[in-house]
Amino acid sequence: MDWQALWLTARLAALVSTILVVISIPLAHWIVFNRRRWTFLVESVVSLPLVLPPTVMGFYLLMATGTRSPLGRLWNEWTGHPLAFTFEGLVVASVFYSLPFAVQPVAAAFAQIDPTLREASATLGASRLRTFLRVVLPLSIEGVVAGLVLSFAHTVGEFGVVLMVGGNLPGVTRTISIAVYDHVQALQYREATLTALFMLAFSFAVLLMVYGLRRRPLAAAPMA
Amino acid sequence: MVVLALALAPAGVSTQARPRLAIAAASDLQAVLPEIVGAFERARQASVAVSYGSSGTFFAQIQNGAPFDVFLSADVEYPRQLIAAGLADTSTLQVYATGHLVVWARRDRRLDLARGLASLTDPRVRHVAVANPKYAPYGRAAVAALRSARLYDALQPKLVMGESLAQTAQLVESGNADAGVLSLSLVLGPTLKAEGTYTEIPASLHPPIDQAVVVVKASRAGGLARDFIAYLRQAETIDRFTRFGFTVPRPAAR
Repeated sequence: MDWQALWLTARLAALVSTILVVISIPLAHWIVFNRRRWTFLVESVVSLPLVLPPTVMGFYLLMATGTRSPLGRLWNEWTGHPLAFTFEGLVVASVFYSLPFAVQPVAAAFAQIDPTLREASATLGASRLRTFLRVVLPLSIEGVVAGLVLSFAHTVGEFGVVLMVGGNLPGVTRTISIAVYDHVQALQYREATLTALFMLAFSFAVLLMVYGLRRRPLAAAPMA
Repeated sequence: MVVLALALAPAGVSTQARPRLAIAAASDLQAVLPEIVGAFERARQASVAVSYGSSGTFFAQIQNGAPFDVFLSADVEYPRQLIAAGLADTSTLQVYATGHLVVWARRDRRLDLARGLASLTDPRVRHVAVANPKYAPYGRAAVAALRSARLYDALQPKLVMGESLAQTAQLVESGNADAGVLSLSLVLGPTLKAEGTYTEIPASLHPPIDQAVVVVKASRAGGLARDFIAYLRQAETIDRFTRFGFTVPRPAAR
């Protein structure tokens, strides 16, 4: 059982989904509530990872973060380590790759909020931030949770991007999906099955925890 | 918050006390390399991490800064190109073994492989797995052999490509392909040996599969890497290679 790979994957997924929650909320808010005509361009760019094959994304992310790239060289100067082929490189790549999975549910939740509620809040003198924290966010928490769960699941299941950008280094970038692949390649089916089953159980447990902690039923709650 | 704290925790205990070496190895070495690496680890009290994969993929990754110290390729071209790009140390380049092609099929298929490549024209063979000739040295050799034997046109519609030699072996071993062109080194490994039969393909049908090793210039384990390369020339290592079907050049040959 690849405990190292499992721990690595859990850390990666947790970190990536946390970062994405933080990024996706302002981004989704901007996409839904601003009136600019070119918003659709931003939406398309955000959704790009959905349509790009993972190997294509992986290849370009490798180009973008490798030691020959401006970003890679800059990172190397700052930290003394390369960006690609490190855990940090995987985090960066996974954030890009799972971005639409975090933004879209949040944006959908924001879009469903009755606009009169926001207007009422503004009329009553609440600042935009207060309206966001006390009206918008509580009403769209389902979307945020969905974004979190999807980013987590998507990161755990990543393969092509992780293989290209990570280089399959044991203990550093060998995630559980790569470990299973390695076992299959080496014809070690027993180890592969054990690892895969464990992964299934782990992911299921995480999902149970997230959905179980939700007190409210799925239908929209009445206004408090 | 708990999640964040866990995520930022360090990767866990690593064996920092012992010198470490990271090796990128072509997947045809999967059966023989663990023994060699194990012996080297014991002899040098070092910790060696091996990643198996397709030589072409490692080449691309090393070009982009992948932190491998030693690159054991399945050909000589990729190491030469790394040297030409200034990424590898030319003084460490050496051919460590020459590989051989075989046709392999599962025993329970009851295929008669006596005719070698020609056996693949059997109508019961619907899919033949080869490593992708675009970037896998054994795949290139397999296609070259098929062309020399004038069987390529007949068999081309049946060909299924594996991303690496290991994946190719897995395609046949799992029954998804009826037969495959693999390396002798892989089929002499425990699993394939037990489950199938093979016939060697005459080396005259394809250019020699000389496999070369090189030390990556950016490596921080320079001394240990060179030790490993030297270890490949030791008698006990040559023995191991030979047992797994490789032909090893005599030390004078470069």
